[in-house]
Amino acid sequence: MNSWLQLGQLEIRERQGGTCEANNGFCPDWIADNLHRYVDPFLQHIFLTVVSVAIGFVIAFALALIAHRKRWLLPPLSASAQILYAIPSVALFLLLLPITGRGTVTGLVALVSYTLIFIFVNVTAGLEAVPKESVDAARGMGLTERQLLWRVEVPLALPEIFAGLRIATTTTVGLAALAFFAGAGGLGEEINADKGFQSNIAVAGALAIGLALVLDLLILIVQWLMTPWRRAAAA
Amino acid sequence: MSLVLANVLNDFGGAIEFLFKQQPSQLDPNTEVGGISEMLDLTLKHLALSASAVAIGTAVAIPLGLYLGHHRKGEFAAINASNVGRAIPTLVLLTVFIAYIGVGFVPIMLSLALLALPPVLTNTWVAVTQVERDSVDAARGMGMTDTEIIRQVELPLSLPTIFAGIRVAAVNVVATATIAPLGSVDSLGTPIISGNVYGADGRLGAAIAVSVLTLAVSGALAALQRAVTPEGLKLGAGEPQRRRLPNLRRREAATP
Repeated sequence: MNSWLQLGQLEIRERQGGTCEANNGFCPDWIADNLHRYVDPFLQHIFLTVVSVAIGFVIAFALALIAHRKRWLLPPLSASAQILYAIPSVALFLLLLPITGRGTVTGLVALVSYTLIFIFVNVTAGLEAVPKESVDAARGMGLTERQLLWRVEVPLALPEIFAGLRIATTTTVGLAALAFFAGAGGLGEEINADKGFQSNIAVAGALAIGLALVLDLLILIVQWLMTPWRRAAAA
Repeated sequence: MSLVLANVLNDFGGAIEFLFKQQPSQLDPNTEVGGISEMLDLTLKHLALSASAVAIGTAVAIPLGLYLGHHRKGEFAAINASNVGRAIPTLVLLTVFIAYIGVGFVPIMLSLALLALPPVLTNTWVAVTQVERDSVDAARGMGMTDTEIIRQVELPLSLPTIFAGIRVAAVNVVATATIAPLGSVDSLGTPIISGNVYGADGRLGAAIAVSVLTLAVSGALAALQRAVTPEGLKLGAGEPQRRRLPNLRRREAATP
């Protein structure tokens, strides 16, 4: 029994009835009858994704602003974020267990650490790409450094910042599917509980992919709303 | 606080001991698990699985990317391959193969190959389309055919970017091969998935081993990426000059 997993709380599914279920097939009837099983894991998955991207955004954005002022911090910070990202997610969930214990916190800590690189790299690149002329004009108008940052540099960097946010979000939806290794639940727990059953994989997989696409679309809409000047330029 | 620290150190100490010393299994005290020989064996299986997957994914993605890029076709598909690939969780990709095709080396390896494909395809396409038109026009003026232009001009100039894609793919595949035991294929993830046989020390030890392996693969491929960069491109990028036979010339010598 090599593929036996003792980590998660195992849920023994009741699948009496049709031959389709017994054959581990794709059965629309079973899916219709059992959709309610996926509500809680789906909500957990959304929670894990949204909370870790939000925390990761605050941390990475703050670090990027600091690195924007103190340039020498840029190489060590991006190298650390890169190394964190290179650690396989399953391994990181397990490496954190002795420190933070089983549960949502461990899942969140690992997921946050994966969002950092995308947001940090894109925010710094976005701030870097702000045209010199705009900065000079703003200084000439008498803006303080703080006003320059929030009224000129950050707004002009928004497209890159949003691009980083989108990559971080879709990646986190995928990694959160492995958060069950840390005992943090999510759709991965359902997938793993019955991974040979086609109906189960179809429902849980579609929910995970759908979540990634919907969140991506939501961020695009927010970006569209927050950058009215780009729409004016395009029109 | 110090008690917590002692526990953490104890856990990691046990995990490292598992990597180097055989110990009785949790399930059956008569069988031995762990130790350097089993970990080496699992590492080799992990690498064999990952290497086959990356090789197949790359063997499909590079020719496809070269062809599409050379003819400026399939921009939408090539650019969005990576985005779509990212939106599909690796666990879903793997379990779709398990549930719909079956367990074993071939389905798991193919699912990992599919994971390796998008970054290589996107990078190859982008690299080929960014080769300067002047170089391609000059080659055409010299009487090169399309195939010759792809092989002798566009491919060498695209190699650094293609290798960046291969590196992303390889790191992804090596990391994901950790869950290959879900499909009954042994890898360094075996002690993680079969927790009841290997115990908590085995699980944590394997997690350490997988992390080290992934970082090593990432570092090795970064070095390889520098090695395949044509000398001319390195000079252009302002890298320090090195005395070595340029790759471009070596290729020409190899092709009659």
